[in-house]
Amino acid sequence: MRKGSIRLIAAASAIALAITGCSSSSDETANTDTQFEIFTWWASGGEAAGLGALVDLYKAQNPNTEFINASVAGGAGVNAKAVLVSRMDAGDAPDSFQAHAGLEVIASYAAQGKLEDLTSLYQSEGWDKSFPADLIKQTTLDGKIYSVPVNIHRANVLWWNPGTAAKAGITKAPTTLDEMFADLEKFKKAGVKTPMVLAGGEGSWAMAHLLDYVLVASMGPEKFEGLFTGATSWEGPEVATALKNYQRLLSYGDKGKNSFGWGEAGAAITKGTGGFFIMGDWASAQWQNEGAVLGTDYTFAAGPGTVGIYQWLSDTFTLPVGAKNRNAALTWLKLAGSKEGQDAFNPLKGSIAARTDSDLSLYDDYLKSAAADWAKDRLVGSTAHGVTADNKFMAAMNAAVGKYVSGGAKDNAGLAKDLAAAQAAVVK
Amino acid sequence: MKSIKEKKKLNLRLGGFFFVLPSIIAVAIFVYGMILWTVNISLSNRNSGYVEKIENVGLKNYTDLLVDERFTHALSNLIKFTLTFMLATLLAGFIMALLLEKGIKGEGFFRSFYLYPMAISFIAMGTAFRWLFFTEKGEDAAGFNLILRSIGLGFLQNDWILSENGAMYSMAIPAVWQMSGYVMALFLAGFRGIPDEMREAARVDGASEFQIYRQILFPQLTPTVLTIFIILGHVSMKMFDLIVGINGKSYGTQVVAVYMWEATFDSGDLAKGTAISVFILIMVALVVVPYLRYVNKQEAYR
Repeated sequence: MRKGSIRLIAAASAIALAITGCSSSSDETANTDTQFEIFTWWASGGEAAGLGALVDLYKAQNPNTEFINASVAGGAGVNAKAVLVSRMDAGDAPDSFQAHAGLEVIASYAAQGKLEDLTSLYQSEGWDKSFPADLIKQTTLDGKIYSVPVNIHRANVLWWNPGTAAKAGITKAPTTLDEMFADLEKFKKAGVKTPMVLAGGEGSWAMAHLLDYVLVASMGPEKFEGLFTGATSWEGPEVATALKNYQRLLSYGDKGKNSFGWGEAGAAITKGTGGFFIMGDWASAQWQNEGAVLGTDYTFAAGPGTVGIYQWLSDTFTLPVGAKNRNAALTWLKLAGSKEGQDAFNPLKGSIAARTDSDLSLYDDYLKSAAADWAKDRLVGSTAHGVTADNKFMAAMNAAVGKYVSGGAKDNAGLAKDLAAAQAAVVK
Repeated sequence: MKSIKEKKKLNLRLGGFFFVLPSIIAVAIFVYGMILWTVNISLSNRNSGYVEKIENVGLKNYTDLLVDERFTHALSNLIKFTLTFMLATLLAGFIMALLLEKGIKGEGFFRSFYLYPMAISFIAMGTAFRWLFFTEKGEDAAGFNLILRSIGLGFLQNDWILSENGAMYSMAIPAVWQMSGYVMALFLAGFRGIPDEMREAARVDGASEFQIYRQILFPQLTPTVLTIFIILGHVSMKMFDLIVGINGKSYGTQVVAVYMWEATFDSGDLAKGTAISVFILIMVALVVVPYLRYVNKQEAYR
């Protein structure tokens, strides 16, 4: 798979070069712009701190450029995206803005002709070698690369409390779904209150996140990716098997019938009252913030059945068509894609660098291990976080899962049908 | 002398008009202009950000809603909620008013005591009730389940807002708790508006206390009941903050306004979202406009 995409990119780059001719020379132009405006939804916490570190670097390197930080606060960028769309409609695009790699960049912006092709920048900076090919593929449309990834979060991580596991007689991390079910049985026998920790609140996205992982674990990455291209049917046998596994996992918890957000639910791990928890690696940063210690209060492994698979999501920066300060934006993108920039940003944000050559001594033990996996694992995008699906599909998936969880019958066929309908409604 | 007076009057009128002019302009733009704008979008094909050519599709978005399972689910949730909320609030407020109506000792205290929940915003109350509706039972019970357990009614512990069929009825509890004091105040005002002479006359004619209420007082409260229905009805139909405060946008307790939010801002389906908004507006208008006409007529009679 990866070899194939490298070939693809090489071919694409060649074509792009042929078409754009000497355009790459314009990227070498020094930054002479007096202003630069960046648009993100990183307005608080570690996110803002990470951005701040990157901004400080930029200011030091470009003392003559006035830096305008146009952050619009609001969960997962809901408010920011609305503002962004209206600004672009009005022909007032910021010089660079934040967007998730995957369908968000490709379908929502690039396909509508709102972004500049960055393929030549990738070549001049050598990024086609420093970013994994599977990742570049997710910001590529018709052979052109449209954004620069700055970080990677991992979605398929299994968390548990080593003390609780020892009490239940679990000595090593489960590597397959069957081993996981066996261990859940052990947790149950040992009297652990919730063997499978579930977070049913916040509009059910964490339950969709769990389903997303179970789909990959049950059918493997190729079939999983086929769900979004039409190669695998949502109402076929693979999904049916996955939903059975999902149903079984739910039976070890309160079936998702709770109004917990992932933070409230996940506290069961650090407190020792919960068995297993599947959540993205932002959990680690959150728990450390709360004073928990990695290795003592919680530990981690790749999600069972997805060992060697890295289900990821990534924040990227773009260059909108018509950016007023194009040179300043290109300078920003070069910094955001550089080793120096990513190593300043990520330890604060709690994610790993998108590059494979970052300075690991700056990161904690979890992030070190994640970085090692990132370099060698099969990469597969997250649905619940917008890599393989757009916002519309995500909303429909959350609702379908919410309906499934709230119904007593656990209607597997109904869930499959709802998801198939959601996929059918996605505009290509 | 007279002409100066008239001039003054004219100036006063003209001045008055200019004083309210800014508000007229603001309301015209930000209320009625925006309504038209919303209607306009709801008739277009802006169903996603990918649409390149925006065109008029007539009532398609509205007819789509009628067969949208998600929308009918939200609507049936809203109907369940509205009926429970209105009837329970009316009943609770009425009983409280009946008890206070006799002029018991410390009436002033009780009046404010029951009215105070109204001072709390729906979103703050939603957060508090989210904890009260904690669904753990037995040993780990909290909130209502813990109260039930500790007073020996443990068998009544249930899933509240997460129960499959009863979620919307549970959701009505905080709304009833908040609004029944207000309904009580309205009823009390209604009772107080009835002159004492009528009761005395009835007593002289030999009516029993029950007969006085049944035949003399209750019929005169009809306008009050109507007012209460209108107020509660439009609060309920627009309900959003309480639901989101308690259970987020979760499917089980989604009402029309919450689905509107999801369609517009999560799915990016502006046309559908605005169509739902217009639906809510029409629904509320159907209740409020006839009432306003009725009130205006009443005032004209006086």
